[in-house]
Amino acid sequence: MRGGTYRSRPAASRENGRGASRAGPRLNDTLHNWGARHLQTFFYALGQMWRRPAAALMTAAVIGIALALPAGLHVGLKNVQHVLAGWDGATQVSLFLTANTDEASATDLRNQLEAQSGIAGVDYISRENALLEFRRLSGFGEALDALEENPLPAVLVVRPALSHNSPDQVEALLKEMRALPSVELAQLDMQWVKRLFALMEIGQRGVWVLAGLLSLAVLLVVGNTIRLSIQNRRDEIVVTKLIGGTDAFIRRPFLYTGFWYGLFGAIIAAVLVQASLAVLSGPVRDLAALYNSSFRLDALNAATAGLLLLSGTTLGLLGSWFAVGRHLRDIEPT
Amino acid sequence: MIRFTDVSKRYPGGYEALRGVDFHLAPGEMAFVTGHSGAGKSSLLKLIALIERASSGQVLVGGQNLARVKPRHIPFHRRRIGIIFQEHRLLFDRTVFDNVGLPLIISGHNRSEVERRVRAALDKVGLLDRARSFPVTLSGGEQQRVGIARAVINRPQLVLADEPTGNLDPDLSREIMEIFRDFNRVGVSILVASHDLDLIRKMPHRILRLDQGRLASDIGVTV
Repeated sequence: MRGGTYRSRPAASRENGRGASRAGPRLNDTLHNWGARHLQTFFYALGQMWRRPAAALMTAAVIGIALALPAGLHVGLKNVQHVLAGWDGATQVSLFLTANTDEASATDLRNQLEAQSGIAGVDYISRENALLEFRRLSGFGEALDALEENPLPAVLVVRPALSHNSPDQVEALLKEMRALPSVELAQLDMQWVKRLFALMEIGQRGVWVLAGLLSLAVLLVVGNTIRLSIQNRRDEIVVTKLIGGTDAFIRRPFLYTGFWYGLFGAIIAAVLVQASLAVLSGPVRDLAALYNSSFRLDALNAATAGLLLLSGTTLGLLGSWFAVGRHLRDIEPT
Repeated sequence: MIRFTDVSKRYPGGYEALRGVDFHLAPGEMAFVTGHSGAGKSSLLKLIALIERASSGQVLVGGQNLARVKPRHIPFHRRRIGIIFQEHRLLFDRTVFDNVGLPLIISGHNRSEVERRVRAALDKVGLLDRARSFPVTLSGGEQQRVGIARAVINRPQLVLADEPTGNLDPDLSREIMEIFRDFNRVGVSILVASHDLDLIRKMPHRILRLDQGRLASDIGVTV
């Protein structure tokens, strides 16, 4: 054979390429064209989707809804945490004073506590007031009448300052106050906050589990779409293989298609979450106003939106990668 | 260019398409492979293009033992062979220009090179004015010429054609064969599978006749 040795290796075309253009393009050109080709295929895949917008939109919408659910819940939880951060200030410690503490020393103690930097305020509830309150709220008024004297102790309600609000600091304060001679019992009303945080933790985990499951759903949706697309273009794949297309060349447009589906799905998800927040924001503001709070729903922030886009495109690429790996191998010319 | 040494091809299920075939096609030679349908013509071409692999015996193409070509190197083997099919196998969602240019795009040539060579190839098969048309708007003979332009765009040393005139009338068939002879004149080795004996006997080329997978006769002029 003329024109040098005949080899069927890719390197041959590059080594011989400089002089003998018949063997293939030059290395420089090859590298330059490789990038251009990628870019072209990238947009070619987009064009292919554009040619059937309804089908593409439906697939992207399914992906979008699947992504919107965990993303929306995540944003919702973030908002609840935001609210709770404000409620943390509601932590208070009740100091039940010993029976022999009279009103004067109770007031002394109160002033002494209020002067501490870690304490925002102290309310004094005298034995009489405590009795009135108990009578009013408990419904055991008549039972109390049967008693000869007031069984209730005086109480100092201590509100820790916002700056000394962490569980550790409150715990330390509690210990300190327990040691006071005139304090019979110091009780921290924080149990419910702890419970709420535990519930939030469960919610957070739940969101992750849901996100995992729905990610799997996105993988399957993209995988299935790509599988159908591979089957539709079976003839094209066969012809391309027959005229020397490598697997990488054939794989490329399908991978980019997966990427685009993931990206569009993520954008749809972001829009859905944002729209839902907009719909909810009015009623939430009204509710907050009823609690004298100026709380506003936080919108999707840049970090979350970025994460959403990143996971969408990654899932799209992964899904098409699996589909292509599984189904392209089966198509060989006969 | 092509050397078959005691080549057999047995398909799963026991059907023997080729049995002990020996022949040599010299570089620059043009030959026809003929025989009844099922005689093994297509199988023989498929072995050369590595669409199938021989069950036994040795197939050399351009000095390369095809048994040693790994699956991932098959695309690069095929780029050195122009293949023409009876059913054309064009992509119907792309223009004639894009169909012909596909092999160059696959092997990574730049745009201007693709443009230039596609025009030259279309000019050679007389379809330059149809570059922007879609294959469905072309006649059978024109579609086959697009297939030929695509097969030769990479300037292969070897062109294989499987029943290239199978669906064409005698005049068009002769035209197609003349195109092959033109390529052969500039040094390209050509192997055409055809059962159109009336046509190929009129041409001064070697004829390999297959019968039930065996090489029954090997007659004609060696160029």
